Amino acid sequence: MTRRVDGLLSCPTPLDHGDIVQLAHGGGGTLTSRLIDRLFVPAFRNPHLDSLGDGAVVTVGDTRLAFTTDSFVVKPVFFPGGDIGSLSVHGTVNDLAMCGAEPLYLSAGLVIEEGFLMSDLERVVAAMAEACGHVGVTLVTGDTKVVDRGKGDGIYVNTSGVGRVREGVSVGPARAAAGDAVLVSGPVGDHGIAVMAAREGIDLETELVSDSAPVVAPVGALLEAVPETHVLRDPTRGGLATALSEVAVASKVGIRLEEAHIPVRDEVRGACELLGFDPLYVACEGRFLAVVPGEQAEEALLAVRSQPGGEGARLIGRVVAEDPGRLVLRTRIGSHRLLERLSGEQLPRIC
Amino acid sequence: MRHVDEYRDPEAVRAVADRIRETVTRPWTLMEVCGGQTHSILKFGLDELLPAGLSLVHGPGCPVCVTPLEMIDRAVAIASRPDVIFCSFGDMLRVPGSHTDLLKVKAGGGDVRIVYSPLDALRLARENPGRKVVFFAVGFETTAPANAMAVSRAAKEGLENFSVLVAHVLVPPALEALLSSEDVRIQGLLAPGHVCAVTGYRDYEPVAERHGVPIVVTGFEPLDLLEGALAAVTQLESGQARVENRYPRAVVREGNPAALRMIDDVFVVSDRSWRGVGEIPRSGYTLAPKYSRLDAAEVFDVGGIEVNEPEECQSGLVLQGRLRPSECPEFGTRCTPEHPLGATMVSTEGACAAYFHYGRARQDGSSARAEGTG
Repeated sequence: MTRRVDGLLSCPTPLDHGDIVQLAHGGGGTLTSRLIDRLFVPAFRNPHLDSLGDGAVVTVGDTRLAFTTDSFVVKPVFFPGGDIGSLSVHGTVNDLAMCGAEPLYLSAGLVIEEGFLMSDLERVVAAMAEACGHVGVTLVTGDTKVVDRGKGDGIYVNTSGVGRVREGVSVGPARAAAGDAVLVSGPVGDHGIAVMAAREGIDLETELVSDSAPVVAPVGALLEAVPETHVLRDPTRGGLATALSEVAVASKVGIRLEEAHIPVRDEVRGACELLGFDPLYVACEGRFLAVVPGEQAEEALLAVRSQPGGEGARLIGRVVAEDPGRLVLRTRIGSHRLLERLSGEQLPRIC
Repeated sequence: MRHVDEYRDPEAVRAVADRIRETVTRPWTLMEVCGGQTHSILKFGLDELLPAGLSLVHGPGCPVCVTPLEMIDRAVAIASRPDVIFCSFGDMLRVPGSHTDLLKVKAGGGDVRIVYSPLDALRLARENPGRKVVFFAVGFETTAPANAMAVSRAAKEGLENFSVLVAHVLVPPALEALLSSEDVRIQGLLAPGHVCAVTGYRDYEPVAERHGVPIVVTGFEPLDLLEGALAAVTQLESGQARVENRYPRAVVREGNPAALRMIDDVFVVSDRSWRGVGEIPRSGYTLAPKYSRLDAAEVFDVGGIEVNEPEECQSGLVLQGRLRPSECPEFGTRCTPEHPLGATMVSTEGACAAYFHYGRARQDGSSARAEGTG
């Protein structure tokens, strides 16, 4: 489920009926938000959907289950560091992890274009199976559809997932509080730039690979060490800035980031300089953001760093009471910049 | 990262900012001409480091913003044709025309493609001999050499299905026009470094002399911009008004001779209308007569264009440095990057977009800047 948060829920303005769907409606930025606020939420209104998290948390008997779904249309299907198969598993298990849940079961729906190479399909499926095995999640049901040649674009994959929310854990975008610390689990922007470079044939003169990976282990270690963790978000489309800006709005707090502390690889910075992107808005598929009580920041950091995929974790900012709803970056040169949510489409079809 | 980090070094930046504070004894107003410079200033918050009396106003240096509405409408009409592959830099796609924009033409089935180089459009023409490939050649002198090269190659290869819709504009005539207006408040100019890398800065010398205004050729990194501002206020404080090159790692007085030869071969200087500013004599390029069969405006008869400029958009005043984006009543309310009223809210070089993206919409009353985050 594409998620977003802000204060428009109570009074949706109608969509423009003469309008047509544009790429940016699926971009994870403000147009996506508008679609969710004005079309999806009013149509299906219920408390689970209204919370607009990375997934829904529903209670069955005494068990809190996290439930989420995600569709993958990445182009190219195979990119440095991953493919649509592994990405479709990582994306959904990461959404479950962001609910504070341990992933249990997945479903997969494949929409394949007539003419797609069987050997490529085998590669995609093998990658999905390997990713499931790596995380310890079981793919228990699926569906296959084939569309006419020219009516699809190779292959699209949808995965849904169910997980069990950890005992004593309650995370949500509205739970950040003044005094909290913000951490990121590793360098940001690798996935978006790696896919973009592969698709556009941009030679970065280095082997930049996608960060696509499950974050289940470092999140598990974090929640073990700091079960009081307030917020978990994965900075996918819209990147770190959009994810934290949404948290600032939902929690009615200010968030202050230190640019010098935010890890960004040189290859990503270089590509962003060249192409006019801002790494803070470029998607990751194997990173997460955590907002934890300030006094437990060091414990949280050590826990995340103890796990594969979390070695590059850094504390990047703090939550304050001032300027509710605003995400402010202190630049390396000591000036300040307000970070808004992504508007428009930065990089289409990267997940 | 080499060639970037040294120009963003916090200590070096602070040292120049200190020198500006020491130099300035009274209020001055400088204009940074290029939209790329405007974006850097806002992205890095450089205006925060300047003394209160030194104000920066933003110039017309956003080619997408000054491309006339009639040209956008023409592009929309051409791109809507089923036999056309229309290629453009990404910025141009969301600029509102009279009735629609190129992105909506694309969503409605038009074959509109974002390219990163005019040579990509040339490649598309070779690969699609049955389609007509049109490249929207927008830009200042900076992009003119590459666009000229695409035209020249297409002609050499005899590519019959390639054409360009030319909307090139030139900086010095625009500066002349701005400085000649009656209530001009600009006392010094930071000239666009990338443009000067192509053209050099000889054409700026008579402008500085005629109007008694220092013109400093300036780069785009924080240190470049502050050094440009320092040079300008140093001249102003000592009553000088000359052209000074503070971007010597990219710019020499004579410009890039190979690039200039390419431009001379393909383009001729012509009068040009600037959106929001008006007609400026000899301020643009059109294709030289020998290349006219590659001119999309000639190839496609899309007559009957009726231009309809939204009245509420004040981008003309913004482009002339007469109105700050945040002073516009529509800014951030009726006019946003998703629903722009004018091009300045769209382009990556537009001043309104810079104000919006770097949070200047809500700057007033924010305690973030006063308190800091440290």
